[in-house]
Amino acid sequence: MADRKEPKSKYTVDRKTPGAFEGETVTRRRAMVVVGQAAGGVAAAAFVLPALGFAMGPIFEKEDQPWQPVGKVDEFNDQSYVPRTITLVAGIGDAGKSTVYIRKYNPQLDTEPRDEYNNYIAISTLCMHLGCPVRFTAAAQRFICPCHGGVYDIVGKVTGGPPVRPLDRFYTQLEGDTVAIGPRFSVNSELRRFSPRDPGEPLDGVGQYLYPSRPSMRKIPGT
Amino acid sequence: MAKIKLPAPPSNPLSSPKRPGKTYGPTGALGHAEEAGVSAVDWIDERTSLSGGLRWAMFRKVPKGTNWFYTLGSATMFAFLSQAVTGVFLAMYYDPSATRAYESIQYINNDVFLGEFVHGMHRWGSSVMVILIFLHMGRTFFFGAYKYPRELNWVIGVALLVMTMTMSFSGYLLPFDQRSYWATIVGVNINGTGPLVGPYLSEFLRAGPYFGATTLSRFYAIHMLMVPGAIAALMGFHLYLVAKLGTTAPPWIKAKGPEELREEKVTVDA
Repeated sequence: MADRKEPKSKYTVDRKTPGAFEGETVTRRRAMVVVGQAAGGVAAAAFVLPALGFAMGPIFEKEDQPWQPVGKVDEFNDQSYVPRTITLVAGIGDAGKSTVYIRKYNPQLDTEPRDEYNNYIAISTLCMHLGCPVRFTAAAQRFICPCHGGVYDIVGKVTGGPPVRPLDRFYTQLEGDTVAIGPRFSVNSELRRFSPRDPGEPLDGVGQYLYPSRPSMRKIPGT
Repeated sequence: MAKIKLPAPPSNPLSSPKRPGKTYGPTGALGHAEEAGVSAVDWIDERTSLSGGLRWAMFRKVPKGTNWFYTLGSATMFAFLSQAVTGVFLAMYYDPSATRAYESIQYINNDVFLGEFVHGMHRWGSSVMVILIFLHMGRTFFFGAYKYPRELNWVIGVALLVMTMTMSFSGYLLPFDQRSYWATIVGVNINGTGPLVGPYLSEFLRAGPYFGATTLSRFYAIHMLMVPGAIAALMGFHLYLVAKLGTTAPPWIKAKGPEELREEKVTVDA
């Protein structure tokens, strides 16, 4: 690049800009352009950022999940499931309700350690493939999903089809002789508890890091 | 005081040179109506100079071999316009609340005059638009019309395709029947399977961890305000580039230079 032009001086006086001042490096025109564009940027950010925060807000808001009574102790057994309807989102009618399958903890079936939250096992009907509703077929002792053929055994572990992890569960606790259902949590294939994830997000191996838990919904700390 | 020179007003077609055997000046009601129309158009054009731009955009030279396949793009645009118009009128009766949406659709279908027809236009028209956009894309691909200098228009077209799919997805929820509800649950969960950002994306779409009170209105806002505005803007830019760059000949038309250049080449070879 032998014929490259000499680099221009940074001083407007040397560049022979009309009306240049001694020692001036930025022309008034350039300064006006920068200031004008910065003012426009600030004005746009003043409405774009609040609007974005407004739309994204629900991601970081903690969802309220009150304990809901679902029946007396003697309505449930440790051999098969009893369906109960709970309200996940209040005020939107049927769209906010969901079915939960409940049975008593059975040491012959359930391998996970027993604590105050699993005297009753409450299984979510959300299929862990893509979220269709599963139903419990008593004759087969299986949860079966109508959409894409997901099959789960009696404790909710995947026995066939595309689901990526066992069925989600709900915390249960005894309030006197009433069984109450609390927040949802997810489990990996060893039925270890995790903060609730959406369907289609595996929890074995690196799954729990690839699909992080969200501030809106967490498991009960220490469980 | 400096004299301001106004541009000469455009020539009035009615004052063009007279031809023998024809009567001039407005005659009868029809003539007066024609004159009124012409002068109204002239009034606008004198103040905007829009006619030049319109002539530039609409009366272009097209290559030899241009055929019916070249109309698929405009067909997609008219499908979009049909969706826009029917959508605006459906919005007059539709109520995007989780408890009222299904009833309002039933009301549109069963009670509103032509309601089922306009809803049907919108519902079936959406499939028509998706089919047309794919055919248009196929035409562009197989005719090689995505090559230099039209790559940017291909990229814009892909963005328009993605936004059309977004429209199909967000519109599917709005009737709020069983099919809509579960299809949306599945669709949102598919978005959630993307690593790292997926969980946040699905929460953004649902406005929370569960399908909630504002999910439907969120989809409605995306469906009728955000995406259509972006589609209209990008469609305008897409059409500007078509007018600026021109269309390509079909691949079976052989390119021929001007006569004199071909002769010159022959003499050089010899």
